Amino acid sequence: MNKEKLKVDPIKNGTVIDHITSGKALQVADILNISNSEKEIMIGINLTSRKMGKKDLIKIENREISKEEANSIALISPTATLIIIDDYKVIKKFGIDIPNEIKNHIICPNSNCITNIEGVKTRFELANKNPIEVRCAYCEKKYFIDDVKFSF
Amino acid sequence: MKNLISMRDVSTKDILKLIDLASKIEKKEINVDMTGKLAALLFFEPSTRTHFSFETAVKKLGGNTFAMSGTSSTSVKKGETLSDTLMTISMYADIIVMRHVIEGAARFAAETVDVPVINAGDGTNQHPTQAMLDLYSIQKTQGTLNNLTIGMIGDLRLGRTVHSLAQALSDFNPKFYFASPQHLQMPTYIKDDLKSKNIQFEELEDIKEVMPELDIMYVTRIQKERFAVLEDYEKVKDAYIITKKLLEGVKNNFKVLHPLPRVNEITTEVDDTKYAYYFQQAKNGVYMRQAIITELLNLNY
Ligand SMILES: [Zn+2]
Repeated sequence: MNKEKLKVDPIKNGTVIDHITSGKALQVADILNISNSEKEIMIGINLTSRKMGKKDLIKIENREISKEEANSIALISPTATLIIIDDYKVIKKFGIDIPNEIKNHIICPNSNCITNIEGVKTRFELANKNPIEVRCAYCEKKYFIDDVKFSF
Repeated sequence: MKNLISMRDVSTKDILKLIDLASKIEKKEINVDMTGKLAALLFFEPSTRTHFSFETAVKKLGGNTFAMSGTSSTSVKKGETLSDTLMTISMYADIIVMRHVIEGAARFAAETVDVPVINAGDGTNQHPTQAMLDLYSIQKTQGTLNNLTIGMIGDLRLGRTVHSLAQALSDFNPKFYFASPQHLQMPTYIKDDLKSKNIQFEELEDIKEVMPELDIMYVTRIQKERFAVLEDYEKVKDAYIITKKLLEGVKNNFKVLHPLPRVNEITTEVDDTKYAYYFQQAKNGVYMRQAIITELLNLNY
């Protein structure tokens, strides 16, 4: 085991979300709707990472996060990796695919956009991967992911 | 094509098809029949020229229109949602032409109703029928859309017509010169799009030196209100005015386009030269709008 993982206890069954963009763990927990569950959750913020400098990490007991669920955090933490643990053993490990279309979750920053006026569900397309930029399907304005707000 | 909302949705094939159709309508090679069909012209934001152009197009096809102009005559004031207004109108109309100040309103309309929707301008976003008539004008005057050198001059930051046109032409290997005051330059997102498609473009403060290279010059108005300090406007305004003198030495096929209305950015002496094409361009708008309606309604001819 490497040193950085020793800071948090290993889990028996469940999911470890590693390499979360530093400072985004609470938002990730929100999106995956784990913060108000009964499960045991450990959240690490600003941990030292050789790969990333700083990273966040989440461990969830007794819940397997699916690939599809994981992809919903792609926009705020595209670097995250998920490790599924069963009886202390890694049984699955996967990264995140950035979807080409994001429905509902992004609030369009353009106050003159129909989505902010008529209560239309938003739809954004991925316009650029690095850095991540998204384009509103309605007003067609393009934004850096750090400049948009989310609603879940 | 079911709707015409954004040039982003229009393929090169669609562009060429619509140009061909407009040309056939103009030359009276085909006779389109829109008899018995009704177009709703919904101008939530008034625009006399675009409204007249669509009205002419529908009537020349033998169809009929009913119109709504400005927010005062609409249900908007009574607090009805746009969605309800559109649904109701779609019960009467065969096609909806809509201009709105809100960006994305046209896409929303197309998703709300079953009849075809034509975007006649949505805020600062798109005005695809203008882009299509510009393309038709370029094709007619140059005999092609391919490999042209195009100058765009004036307010390139806020002019949605130049944005749509630059994007639409980028599939035809153009070379662009953009001439504008510093703070009214072509937006970065348009330039990024062009870069990603390897389109050559150059930004200039003065168009003069490249005039002999141009096939087309697309002129837009610089509004005084865009300048915080009036002196700044006074300083630059003459650099973006097209005079007869500026046109000395241009290519034989060179044409000046302008979406109109013009104020003083093209002097009236230019009107009498063979390079002036802006009034013809407006006329082309009617043929192109006829073609778009024909295509979306799948009309017989
Ligand atoms: Zn938007």
